[in-house]
Amino acid sequence: MTEGRRTRVVLAEVHPRAHDHDRTRTELAEQTQVGEALVRGLVRAQLALALRLALVVAIGLGGLPLLFAVAPEVSSAHLVGVDVPWLLLGVAAFPFLFVVGWAYVRLAERNEQDFVAVVRRPER
Amino acid sequence: MDNPYVIPAILLVTLVTVAIGFYGLKLARTTSDFFVASRSVSPTWNAAAIGGEYLSAASFLGVAGLVLKYGVDVLWYPVGFAAGYLALLLFVAAPLRRSGAFTLPDFCQLRLGSRRLRKLATAFVIFIGWLYLVPQLQGAGLTLTTVTGQPYALGALLVGAVVTCNVALGGMRAITFVQAFQYWLKLTALLVPAVFLMLQWQADGRPAVAAPDGPVFHTATTVVIEDHATLTMADGSTIVVRAGQRLDFVAGEPVPQVSTVDDTRGPDWLLPGDSDQGLFATYSLILATFLGTMGLPHVLVRFYTNPDGNAARRTTLVVLGLVGLFYLLPTLYGVLGRVYTPQLLMTGRTDAVVVLLPGAALGGGLTGQLLAALVAAGAFAAFLSSSSGLLTSVAGVISTDVTGRGSVRDFRLATVIAGVVPIVLSLSIATLDVSQVVGLAFAVAASSFCPLLVLGIWWRGLTARGAAAGVLAGGGAAGAAVLLTVLGPPLSGWAAALVSQPAAWTVPLAFVVMVLVSLATRSRVPADVSDVMLRLHAPESVLAGSPRR
Repeated sequence: MTEGRRTRVVLAEVHPRAHDHDRTRTELAEQTQVGEALVRGLVRAQLALALRLALVVAIGLGGLPLLFAVAPEVSSAHLVGVDVPWLLLGVAAFPFLFVVGWAYVRLAERNEQDFVAVVRRPER
Repeated sequence: MDNPYVIPAILLVTLVTVAIGFYGLKLARTTSDFFVASRSVSPTWNAAAIGGEYLSAASFLGVAGLVLKYGVDVLWYPVGFAAGYLALLLFVAAPLRRSGAFTLPDFCQLRLGSRRLRKLATAFVIFIGWLYLVPQLQGAGLTLTTVTGQPYALGALLVGAVVTCNVALGGMRAITFVQAFQYWLKLTALLVPAVFLMLQWQADGRPAVAAPDGPVFHTATTVVIEDHATLTMADGSTIVVRAGQRLDFVAGEPVPQVSTVDDTRGPDWLLPGDSDQGLFATYSLILATFLGTMGLPHVLVRFYTNPDGNAARRTTLVVLGLVGLFYLLPTLYGVLGRVYTPQLLMTGRTDAVVVLLPGAALGGGLTGQLLAALVAAGAFAAFLSSSSGLLTSVAGVISTDVTGRGSVRDFRLATVIAGVVPIVLSLSIATLDVSQVVGLAFAVAASSFCPLLVLGIWWRGLTARGAAAGVLAGGGAAGAAVLLTVLGPPLSGWAAALVSQPAAWTVPLAFVVMVLVSLATRSRVPADVSDVMLRLHAPESVLAGSPRR
């Protein structure tokens, strides 16, 4: 066979889905413009989600020291016989963090499913 | 203290830890098994193991001690220790797992392809690891002194030796089982006595935890003064005491303020501080703990044992729940310590409150003795598990980046090297405060590895030079602040706040330097950045079957 000449090889049976999937994956890996845009979109969506939830925590927890400093009446308030700052920091902070984390896991997985759906969509 | 159950309980925990280590050794057959448990660890086991590894002497003893001493302001420690896992979940967990990096230096090389940056990261892993190991061993020494009267050095040596042997012989898989077991032991060891303590507090007619005139002795107490000091009595009069002097107090007598012990009295203990320096220190602590967790070497190493990115996320969420559950308890010990063990405010050894409280509140009967033994066992579990995890990761980077090429034999040699240094340090420096040193380790991690990971994962523009400059500026500044705090002269005013809680200025410094230098060296952005981004962020199912690099 001579150098430089292309040979076209056609397999008798090609699984159509696998073929499509393969092509998109190659597209992603080889960084064609389409693939690159897809990945950039995913990264942007995931980062925006993480930043939004970080902001929720920054305000919800990070605002507390400031609140206690500017509104001393909050610090000296009582709820079920316990001082509010103790209740917020000693107890409530932990379920709050867990709920934010739980929301993140759900939403981040949904972003990924959307990405997979676009990548796998058979093109006609 | 005269309790026949404490030493057997500590020995039992130690023996079980070693036994599980050997059981794991039998299962570990190949090098791959040895290091990452073949990634066959289920998320629940893995999460318990991460929790077990994470809850160290600082969490088990230190948090309660700080609450006893300083009150509501230090509740940011447990909140931050837990919130660190949320930051890890949001910004790092899944991409880091997908990167395939086993350690932080691995991540540097993979993302930025620089051997020099890798070396720098290795140096920081070792520094942070040792900084975190020393207080663990000190906590062990302090606990053994407190509960058995044995010399301080014995506890530090015992834990150091057991951990070094166990890590060298068992490797990661063994550690996964050990750590998971340790989490549940630690939780039980605080939860069961806590129930009895609450019942006792009810039965005693709910004595005030924050009496308006300051803490009072619940029972007749004899305090042995450790250092030459001045006591300020409740009526404002002062007396000078010598080291070794014994003072007798009757029940109901107010606890004098000791000049050598820094603690918070009256409403300041109960209410959040509102001074500018206090606010700065609080925000600095929040930054250090929220962002420092992701940069702790022993935390990251665990993520490789998840099968994929989604499992890494779910594992982190379970960890957040388990750790949060645990942190409900130390606060309770600190608060009740105000009632039942106020003499610690005079000796300054508030880190001992968790191990002393069951005996002090429940008396010397069988229940009190058994619960005290349980808590002591839990404390030892805390030292053993945290130091095992730290040692594994420090030895991991030493064996791959400093001494050899990462064979099992290299790993064992590196473990011995990595273990001996902190053991020696912990024997020579016995006066450091457990929680403060751990807090400083968090500050260094937050100022070095946090920006490196966050920018490395989310920003294409990061260059190796930018990363190195940021790590050197932020991590270097935080490291210098640590050395100044530990070795330097006592500071006061703003200088003390800036040096003892450096994160509020070192973390932004690291981010800014990293971004600016990266922008200035824009032409050096790695050529394969798009490829790496794809690998970090795309779900594994999309890439399944692609050629492995």
